[in-house]
Amino acid sequence: MDQIIVQILNGLDKGSAYALIALGLTLIFGTLGVVNFAHGALFMMGAFCSVVLSRILSSSYKVVDESQTDFLGNPLQVDVFYVQDWFGDAAGATIMDWAVPLAILFSIPVMIFIGFAMERGLIKHFYKRPHADQILVTFGLAIVLGEVIKYYFGANPIQSPAPEALSGRVDFGQWLGYGPNTIIYPMWRLVYFFFSAAIIAGVFAFLQFTTFGMVVRAGMADRETVGLLGIDIDKRFTFMFGLAAAVAGMAGVMYAPIVSPTYTMGMDWLVLSFVVVVVGGMGSLPGAVLAGFMLGIIESFASMPAVVDLLPGINQIIIYLVAIVILLTRPRGLMGRKGVMED
Amino acid sequence: MSKSNFTRRGVLKTSALGAGALALPQYLRADGHAGFTNAPGDSEVVLGFNVPQTGPYADEGADELRAYELAVEHLNGGGDGGMLNTFSSKVLDGTGILGREVKYVTGDTQTKSDAARASARSMIEKDGAIMITGGSSSGVAVAVQALCQEAGVIFMAGLTHSNDTTGKDRKANGFRHFFNSYMTGAALAPVLAANYGTDRKAYHLTADYNWGYTTEEAIRASTEAVGWETVNTVKTPLTQTDFSSYIAPVLNSGADVLVLNHYGGNMVNSLTNAVQFGLKEAQANGQNFEIVVPLYSRLMARGAGENVKGIFGSTNWHWSLQDEGSQAFVRSFGTKYGFPPSQAAHTTYVQTLLYADAVTRAGSFAPCAVAEALEDYEFDGLGNGKTLYRGDDHQCFKDVLVVKGKENPTSEFDLLEVVEVTPVDQVMYSPDHPQMGGADASLGECNNGA
Repeated sequence: MDQIIVQILNGLDKGSAYALIALGLTLIFGTLGVVNFAHGALFMMGAFCSVVLSRILSSSYKVVDESQTDFLGNPLQVDVFYVQDWFGDAAGATIMDWAVPLAILFSIPVMIFIGFAMERGLIKHFYKRPHADQILVTFGLAIVLGEVIKYYFGANPIQSPAPEALSGRVDFGQWLGYGPNTIIYPMWRLVYFFFSAAIIAGVFAFLQFTTFGMVVRAGMADRETVGLLGIDIDKRFTFMFGLAAAVAGMAGVMYAPIVSPTYTMGMDWLVLSFVVVVVGGMGSLPGAVLAGFMLGIIESFASMPAVVDLLPGINQIIIYLVAIVILLTRPRGLMGRKGVMED
Repeated sequence: MSKSNFTRRGVLKTSALGAGALALPQYLRADGHAGFTNAPGDSEVVLGFNVPQTGPYADEGADELRAYELAVEHLNGGGDGGMLNTFSSKVLDGTGILGREVKYVTGDTQTKSDAARASARSMIEKDGAIMITGGSSSGVAVAVQALCQEAGVIFMAGLTHSNDTTGKDRKANGFRHFFNSYMTGAALAPVLAANYGTDRKAYHLTADYNWGYTTEEAIRASTEAVGWETVNTVKTPLTQTDFSSYIAPVLNSGADVLVLNHYGGNMVNSLTNAVQFGLKEAQANGQNFEIVVPLYSRLMARGAGENVKGIFGSTNWHWSLQDEGSQAFVRSFGTKYGFPPSQAAHTTYVQTLLYADAVTRAGSFAPCAVAEALEDYEFDGLGNGKTLYRGDDHQCFKDVLVVKGKENPTSEFDLLEVVEVTPVDQVMYSPDHPQMGGADASLGECNNGA
């Protein structure tokens, strides 16, 4: 039973990332009608926001330490961090330690800007083009963004640790009445789950309870009529692209301590996230979230050694198998709307 | 009325023949009279450096390329000479190879077998490369080695650790300086037993490809030989990034050691996940839980950050070695590039010198003459102590380094400390060892090509 609980936790954690990426994809598809294959790259760029901020906060100058030598036998040049110079050793160390959470604040304007630039600079020219063209151009864009990141940061994963205070483990089993050390779970993964839940709730609340959100929802249902009412729906949809980019970026920032950022991580998530969107139902925001968590949990169970022993390779195909079964029984996905992608 | 010998049909025939000749691969026409593929002219010789310039191992590839450029510089008499000054063989004098200036072309393996074969083929057929070297993956090494065998050029393998490269897939034209999975197991197991005891239960997570299988087999065999029990072995997809589903069951599996048969990004993420799940601080079977990473790379260790502290593994070479050869190489490389070389850089630099040395001793670029010069050749001064290029399987035998993640690193390069230099005798095995393809494994016939 304890293993089942751990795999549910793992699934919720993985599902959180799926849900956040799929939510952004669905927002873009629902508003602009664009199939954005560069969305995984936005997740990756979010993760690299944490790397960039970490490097900014760790900016340093060199001081020669005559008592030590470097690998060539020359006096060692020791890094002195500016933040420690400015705020003192302890405060400076704390600021550097909290780089990942601080990167959330950093990533929001950066990712909104990237989203705007992508939409205005490239994607808007493909609104009236077939979905195949949109997929090709956004897929190409994803490759370009990946290569740009590799050029500046290299190909190897870059460690981006969670703050010390959130790096520990939680004895989850004791909360559920098990003995000590039965179900140990990393604290940061729980933080990630609650963070994702808060972002998802925030996006839904924004769309549901604000005038802006109401107009966007109306535009998603009938763009032409909203336009006839004198509302510049294009501007609002562009904002939604920026919002979707920011959601993907924040998902990436918070995921950086779980999987070290590398330029390939966007592609790693992209295909699975599209499966999530299709299973949830094209254009359905609740469907994307539901499918994200569901497929995350199923994938975690399929990766259990006992299951893999029984059905070798099942861990690599389970999501696609589930997608096939769901699409055969519910062709529009779990919560798909009639008329979306059916023309 | 003039009468011309040119007829329309004749011109067409001649053109067709000429075009056909031009279209022939260079190794089938140029200097075919020399009796071997891509025989060089009198002034220069071209080497082909086939490294991952894109893809997940691009950083290793970049370091390999730096080392190759340094080796070429030293062979042509530039720089401070590096390991030419410490190499036990003294036939290389800085005038290129057999008096020809060394030139090079590069290819991008992309860490994909097909792409690596295509780039190697291009360098052989279009650029006239007489030797191919490089790579940062066993799958690539095995694929390119087979191609070089067919084309009749020498292949000097780069970073490839799978047993198969000089085991069941060994080839007469292929040579490996890097150590292998068997050697890792043989060197690591006694150190693990000395530090963690002989009453241990191991759980293996293994990357689901050739290198993972041979490493798991080697570590299992060697740790079981010192008394450890293998509780479970689980294959993980090569594309896996989040290993939580695989790590979570480990603590309650009855195991007290986790062996991560992972390399590259897999290693960085699986080790990070294992540390996040508290395995480093956990207790099992009344003992501290331990993690082992059989193959370390400094470039990868940097990606894993603090998580590598205190974790045992093995490596082919490390820049902190104090022997004359290593120091000379670190000095040359560090002065030129500003940071110490990786093990990938070391093995590729050494392979280039060994090839040049073998050609010079053989007095010929003919692959079979070079192979003969390399077979059963003993040398020293290249950073790993006395080394033998065994003729039976074209594998180098030398001391193996057992390393541990350093507790208090002084710089971003100072991540591993050498805890033991395992003598070569301890990692020696017979050429027909079951892990190396058994009695069926054979080099085949050397191929001179055209």
